[in-house]
Amino acid sequence: MLSNTRCQDIFAELLKYSDADETELIVAGGASELTRFANNTIHQNVAEEGYTLSVRTVYGNRTARASTNKFDSQSLKRVIAEAASLTRQQQPDPELLPMPGPQQYRAVERYHEATEAVTPAERAQAVRRAIEIAEKSGQTAAGTFSTASGMQAILNSRGLAAYYRDTLAEFSVTTLAADSSGWAKKTAPDVREIDAEALAMRASRIAVQSRAPKECSPGKYVTILEPPAVLDLLGFMFWDFSGQAVRDQRSFLTGRMGTKLFGDNIHVTDDAYHPLQFGAPFDGEGVARKAVQLVEGGVPKGLTYARHTAKAMGAEPTGHGFPLPNEYGEAPLNIVVGGGTRGVENVPSIEGARSVEDAHSVEEMIASTERGVLVTRLWYIREVDPYKKILTGMTRDGTFYVEDGKVRHGIRNFRFNQSLIDLLNCVQMLGIPERSSGEESAPMVVPAMKVREFNFTEVTKF
Amino acid sequence: MREFADAVLNHLDRREVQYADVRVIDSRERNVATKNGKVGTSSSDESLGLGVRVLAQGCWGFASTDDLSKASLEAVAARALAIARASALAKKADIVLAPEQGVVATWVSPFRTDPFSKSLDDNLSLLLRADAEMRAVPGVTLAEGSLHFRRQQQLFVSTEGSVIDQTRVISGGGIEAYSFSDQEIQKRSYPNSFRGQYALKGYELIEEMRLVENARRIGEEAVALHRAPLCPQGTRTIILDGSQVGLQIHESIGHPIELDRVLGSEANYAGMSFLTIDQLRKLRYGSDIVNVVADARLEHGPGLGTFAYDDEGVAAQRADIIKGGLFTGYLTSRETAAAIGEGRSNGTMRADGWSRIPLIRMTNVSLLPGEWKLEDLIADTDDGIYMETNRSWSIDDRRYHFQFGCEMAWEIKRGKMTRMFKNPSYSGITTEFWNSCDAICNADHWRLWGTPNCGKGQPSQTMGTGHGASPARFRNVTVGIAYA
Repeated sequence: MLSNTRCQDIFAELLKYSDADETELIVAGGASELTRFANNTIHQNVAEEGYTLSVRTVYGNRTARASTNKFDSQSLKRVIAEAASLTRQQQPDPELLPMPGPQQYRAVERYHEATEAVTPAERAQAVRRAIEIAEKSGQTAAGTFSTASGMQAILNSRGLAAYYRDTLAEFSVTTLAADSSGWAKKTAPDVREIDAEALAMRASRIAVQSRAPKECSPGKYVTILEPPAVLDLLGFMFWDFSGQAVRDQRSFLTGRMGTKLFGDNIHVTDDAYHPLQFGAPFDGEGVARKAVQLVEGGVPKGLTYARHTAKAMGAEPTGHGFPLPNEYGEAPLNIVVGGGTRGVENVPSIEGARSVEDAHSVEEMIASTERGVLVTRLWYIREVDPYKKILTGMTRDGTFYVEDGKVRHGIRNFRFNQSLIDLLNCVQMLGIPERSSGEESAPMVVPAMKVREFNFTEVTKF
Repeated sequence: MREFADAVLNHLDRREVQYADVRVIDSRERNVATKNGKVGTSSSDESLGLGVRVLAQGCWGFASTDDLSKASLEAVAARALAIARASALAKKADIVLAPEQGVVATWVSPFRTDPFSKSLDDNLSLLLRADAEMRAVPGVTLAEGSLHFRRQQQLFVSTEGSVIDQTRVISGGGIEAYSFSDQEIQKRSYPNSFRGQYALKGYELIEEMRLVENARRIGEEAVALHRAPLCPQGTRTIILDGSQVGLQIHESIGHPIELDRVLGSEANYAGMSFLTIDQLRKLRYGSDIVNVVADARLEHGPGLGTFAYDDEGVAAQRADIIKGGLFTGYLTSRETAAAIGEGRSNGTMRADGWSRIPLIRMTNVSLLPGEWKLEDLIADTDDGIYMETNRSWSIDDRRYHFQFGCEMAWEIKRGKMTRMFKNPSYSGITTEFWNSCDAICNADHWRLWGTPNCGKGQPSQTMGTGHGASPARFRNVTVGIAYA
């Protein structure tokens, strides 16, 4: 992995070639390996390593970016020349700010040697054990086991120097039975938190429980959403908590900040320092990330701001900007949705942040349900209406009918068309927030939810 | 590039390796975007690296690197082999490849104007003129435009003797106008949503699109949508414009015919397919007039799925997918073709760069033109809805049940387009929908649309695909349930 010292050496050499008013270097990359299995055998097994060097130059109030993955002196000269050439042809930007100076960063430790040290053979052994669990139930397993180490560094000619490294391990498994399936997934910086066999057993159990699915009529049901389903739904909401999105009037929060939009029990923070979160403590300009209370008691109260957005909107930068130049501004990337108070997971870094008093397990949610639906995960979610925040998508890999406090049987998968605003106005029970990973959104810290009604509009054939 | 590929292959112990290939890729990109009269993204990117795929002990191993030093090339070869050995720890059967002859070839995709010969200033000037046209319309609250150019040279070298040097030049771009008013966001895109139209062309594509000339119209349409009534709900006759037919093909034909998906390789992520092997040459996929091909040849057009050889060194081909409504073929690779007893791959394996392994990807999966003029088709429709430009898309993980939303619709009454509808959507089951197709417009209306953002695989890969389509009519379709 490229070290901090190496990045500083590259930047020192770059500066020799640059005659720009200001120069910024971003280096990012790493190594990742992934073992993929299906039909109870490994069918794909890959490794990649690569680094990108990206240079932004500023001449007056013009800026542009050029990138390469070649680090020799000739390439450094060429990428500086390319950035300079683009910048000189660039339109002036009256809102362009000087690059930020040195920053103080709060330490986060998300690098684990154990993750970086995992070998292809170790991944294959874990996959084999997961396959054996599926085979014992007469099922077919498919999934991935990946391990990765990465780094990013930002340096600029005003003295800012930021460096971050981390690791990531992920195991995802789908088990297929004759007419049903189950799924489980976990993502963590430390591979020792990944229990492939436990995940395979959970997926296998879901496939068994959902066998011989019956067809239920579409309609509005009391619905219990497991954390991955909550994650993949709510993940579509947070791009709207960008100051620039509100300024552009493309956010559903346009004209709604400070109004009561969701239920009293909805509290959301963006908190890069939460113990279950991922990622660097700085943004695309190297500005230190702040924790931001986005929603308090159902009221959207905070937005994220890059430096230039903050200046334009009379706010303070929050450290959520993307590398410049860009047209999107910023977005929260470390979402923590408040849940119950049990467990160390629910410790937002924001002083005074609140969460609901009582957390409930999924089992408690089921036990309290007279008639409803339990959803393991969702799939192919897309936005239907950007201001009503209606999303559509499908259930997948374990959808159940619940009656009189018990899971009765699997049901055929539903299509839904559901407004997130309506959803967050009818949350009856919340679980303990947990680090969750799905397929539509980056991992976040979210609880399971029981909602009074969820709009299932059609049913598919399986 | 050749010396890098040879260095990797020479490091492999041929006694243990049954097959190997190396792809060395040198690429260059430019991305430019504007928003509300200002420049957004303006960046260039270059990348050089290689990936090696090794078949040993009957299993695949793949490794990639952008460090092209001698030591690194030795290490990447060793890593790929070690990974193949590890794969064998959970093996059920040896992988068998359909046979293929080694090929020595050089191919450069045709273009009139090298997009990189145009200055950034030219690019920005065009987008800012279109931007000004859109924002000249009262009520337009956000105007965006973007251009994308990519040149990729790939050298493919295999242990079977192939040495294929292939260069592809891709251009793309589009504009979008938004209007926020009365608690509603409306949007119009040109020439297509999600960043416009993309093709295997040079800068001539951008000139052909006439972005500036169309900018004011789409601004006006975005504003007019606020005043339009909501698209009614019910079982209706619909006519889809060519771009929406293109996406309908992509989601409900292109993905389900990927044979790796059918055989289960994507079960954990993208899902599987309702098109099980027993349905080949038996299933009535569509009505008699539905004819679909997968065609990667240049003769089909300059699509994002056009090339000379795929990433296994298999020559570009045309395959019948649906003929006269009958399901007749999958997209295959050497491995999957052998698995179902086909004699040869139909050449659809592609990777999105040097760091990723090739997967079965759509080439140009196209609906062949029918016989109707669009004006005649509308005149022939007594009561229907014409929908254009995709706004949302979703389909289940076996590709049965879909729902699409479009940006704009028009009511058709007694053979005439009457009033505009907002927020149109439709849904259905794939085979029922294609069997309800009773009219397809002719070659005058047929266009090869580019979808630049097709995701598949783990690690995720983004690929460009092509879809030739013309407007088509479908009967008894569920409309409007998204807003019910």
